[in-house]
Amino acid sequence: MPDLSRRRFLKITASALAAAGVAGKLGGAVVDRVEKVARSGIRKIPTLCDLCFWKCGAIAYVRDGQLWKIEGNPADPLSRGRLCPRGTGGVGAHYDPDRLRAPLIRVSQRGEEKWQEVTWDEALDYIAQRMQRIKAEHGPESMALFAHGIGGNFFRHTFKAYGSPNIAAPSFAQCRGPRDVGFNLTFGDEVGSPERTDIANADCLVLIGTHLGENMHNTQVQEFATAVGRGASIIVVDPRFSVAASKAKYYLPIKPGTDLALLLAWMHVIVKEGLYDRDYVAKYGFGFEQFAAALETATPEWAFPETGIDPETIRATAREMARYRPATLVHPGRHVNWYGNDAQRSRAVALLNALLGSWGRRGGMYVPVGFDVPGYPHPPYPKPGRGPVDNPGKKYPFASEALTTGIRDATLTGQPYPIKGWFVYATNLLNSLPDQAATIRALQQLDLVVVVDVIPSEIAGWADVVLPESVYLERYDDLSTNLFREPFLGLRQPVVESPQDQKPNWWIARRLAGKLGLEAFFPWKDIEEYLEYRLKAAGHSLAEIKREGIIPGAPKPIYFEDGAPAEFGTPSGKIEFYSTQLQKAGFDPVPRYTPPEAGPPGAFRLLFGRAPVHSFSRTQTNPILADLMSENAVWVNAVAARRLGLKSGDYVRLRHQDGVISNRVRVKATERIRPDCVYMVHGFGHTSRGLRRAYLKGASDAQMMSRYRTDPLMGGTGMNVNFVTLESEA
Amino acid sequence: MARYVMVIDTRRCVGCQDCVAACKTENGVPESYTRDWITETVDGEFPAPRLEIRSERCNHCENPPCVSCCPTGASHVHDRGGVVLVDRAKCIGCKACLAACPYDARFIHPDGYADKCTFCIHRVERGLDPACVSVCPTHCMHFGDRDDPFSEVSRLLASRPHHTLLPEAGTGPCIAYLT
Repeated sequence: MPDLSRRRFLKITASALAAAGVAGKLGGAVVDRVEKVARSGIRKIPTLCDLCFWKCGAIAYVRDGQLWKIEGNPADPLSRGRLCPRGTGGVGAHYDPDRLRAPLIRVSQRGEEKWQEVTWDEALDYIAQRMQRIKAEHGPESMALFAHGIGGNFFRHTFKAYGSPNIAAPSFAQCRGPRDVGFNLTFGDEVGSPERTDIANADCLVLIGTHLGENMHNTQVQEFATAVGRGASIIVVDPRFSVAASKAKYYLPIKPGTDLALLLAWMHVIVKEGLYDRDYVAKYGFGFEQFAAALETATPEWAFPETGIDPETIRATAREMARYRPATLVHPGRHVNWYGNDAQRSRAVALLNALLGSWGRRGGMYVPVGFDVPGYPHPPYPKPGRGPVDNPGKKYPFASEALTTGIRDATLTGQPYPIKGWFVYATNLLNSLPDQAATIRALQQLDLVVVVDVIPSEIAGWADVVLPESVYLERYDDLSTNLFREPFLGLRQPVVESPQDQKPNWWIARRLAGKLGLEAFFPWKDIEEYLEYRLKAAGHSLAEIKREGIIPGAPKPIYFEDGAPAEFGTPSGKIEFYSTQLQKAGFDPVPRYTPPEAGPPGAFRLLFGRAPVHSFSRTQTNPILADLMSENAVWVNAVAARRLGLKSGDYVRLRHQDGVISNRVRVKATERIRPDCVYMVHGFGHTSRGLRRAYLKGASDAQMMSRYRTDPLMGGTGMNVNFVTLESEA
Repeated sequence: MARYVMVIDTRRCVGCQDCVAACKTENGVPESYTRDWITETVDGEFPAPRLEIRSERCNHCENPPCVSCCPTGASHVHDRGGVVLVDRAKCIGCKACLAACPYDARFIHPDGYADKCTFCIHRVERGLDPACVSVCPTHCMHFGDRDDPFSEVSRLLASRPHHTLLPEAGTGPCIAYLT
């Protein structure tokens, strides 16, 4: 669109949408009331955002009974009164015309997206009957639950009461799992969510494999801007010149897949030059001598041909980190499933922080604190007759949560025992697990597929029963009890009514439990009684938290120097520079680098990441967020694009080395990426016909992830091992 | 006399578009239209490009060509802070202002009138910041009176290097970008 102005482009988009018959309710409901600020008719209701998992405190404005806008809750330590664009655009989740409206039962072949609307009782009876049959014929362990986020709490409860140990979420094996494992092996503790990163106080911030600012975790981005504003030294390592890179003192355009070589070389320099925190290491460290010996050959000169980063830059950045320690934070990242060596890579990040003495220190990683809130009492869960199915024989000995892909494998093979039903809550498995073909094969083998969602996601398209959930603005959820800098409780509460026959997760889980004969596990009559009990037990009340949205607790020390406990849950009780756990299990006790496999000649490695205005593949139909970004682009190095005769705005298709061809997607020819890789924002290229606004807009990186490499420590699926070529689309 | 300006710190801005989302909900901007937007400028070559990210909108110019060209007087300078506004009742949707604006800041609202950023004057008159400023998670946006030497915007303009967009157009743009 070279000669169209931005505004005219938007107008064309508008007419195209109207022609496709998807004019949104937003246009009618909100827009007609432009700027008629009838102050008397405005109610402000505090709640928690749910556009991502961060759970920011928000205040929703309801004007004349209609949802108007959402702002941050100033009382909330996460949002500090300011939401991210997704949270601000959360209004669109309520008005989205593509929402699921009523329970649906499939009327043709699985995956054909043909449905009949039914009542809630019909839908839940259908599910309960089949769940009872599976229980009778195969045992309750043969039903698996995939559930993401706080909204999944009551479904997890129902499934534990039913007797299944097979409860998983992609947030482990497809996201933060390698980090949790790498940090646990080193510090005996995890980074947590929200991460315990003290970015606001860091004097040196190292971003390696994380693109804060595009990755829009609100508190972290706010603190990142604070650090930038303070003039903190920022080091960014990324094959792509990210937004964060544009703020950095040092940008290291690393060859994809070689982070570990750089991390080892950095540690080599810091150890060799005696720049590490000797007192901290002596006091808290275990196995430092063996660790130092293992780094002997990891010189910057060795790392140079691997990483493409010249030795002087490696030395300069290592010294920069040491100069500001312990207020140097090497950010642990969040989504870290890339090359199949990810737990060891994350362990190297942990070790680098340990050398700098930043764990437990101001400007590094603080010790998070929280509220202790008792649960609502219920009968003991039955003990499953068989253990979880996802990791037979502890093949992945350091997996600390269930593996989604392990449950998929068991579904496909029937080993170690058959999985006959999937119940999926708020996670679009077709876009979150690699190897879509395997997921589809697994879905085709099941006796029961249930999906609870707010929009007709791709996974919903494969369900026998689709249950429409109320969006977060229309429901209560379980209490939010995050660990953070300061203790606090947060409440999600309804702001407006659901527009059609949607129901909240707690209602669905409770009703289903009733139909499964498990009502004893839900002894409360409604969610308010449940919340009131928990809040009273914590010394507060539902009325109080409904009014304020947030209940703050008394501050506690969060840095070692202020008295926060320096405790390490490792076998040695210390920070394990050398890991006997790993050594005993047959793994490298100090991380060791192996080069990534090269791709076919002429092919680009496919990298993926986030945009600040969308979450996963869950927000692309939100009318406000779609206006901000309606399709993704494939980033191609400007020189490489010229060589291929491509320019920005051209449509191409990605052809995977295994033959998979993507939907058409626009080229972004740019000086902001290496020539050996291409990059896409995740979550686009939807193929569910019910997602009318997002249908076939952009390309799906998930579709291109037909290969993955499994982390031998913990079963995470490294997904940056796919290569594509670009084919012009006339 | 007050002179309202916006001062935006491009060093802090990450281009997240929260300003755009907030404007849309605050002002009920119709679907597929926006009154503000993000522009990214890339100079230089990989691996050392320079990237500037800017939150852009109507510049509420001191010499607004959209006002001087308006045949009906719909486009006008508000008596408070020099804010450029459109009187919908007077606007005939002739698009002269769209053509005159060097910043492409205006569009014709589906209801037939020229529409654009108002600096959220309805909020400013109640002592609030414009919606875009108030939501920004990076605190990169500042709004205030440039004629008040003690205002935050005056302090920032005095202490930090900055630029405006298309100064050569001679419109006197009132949004400055700190670099």
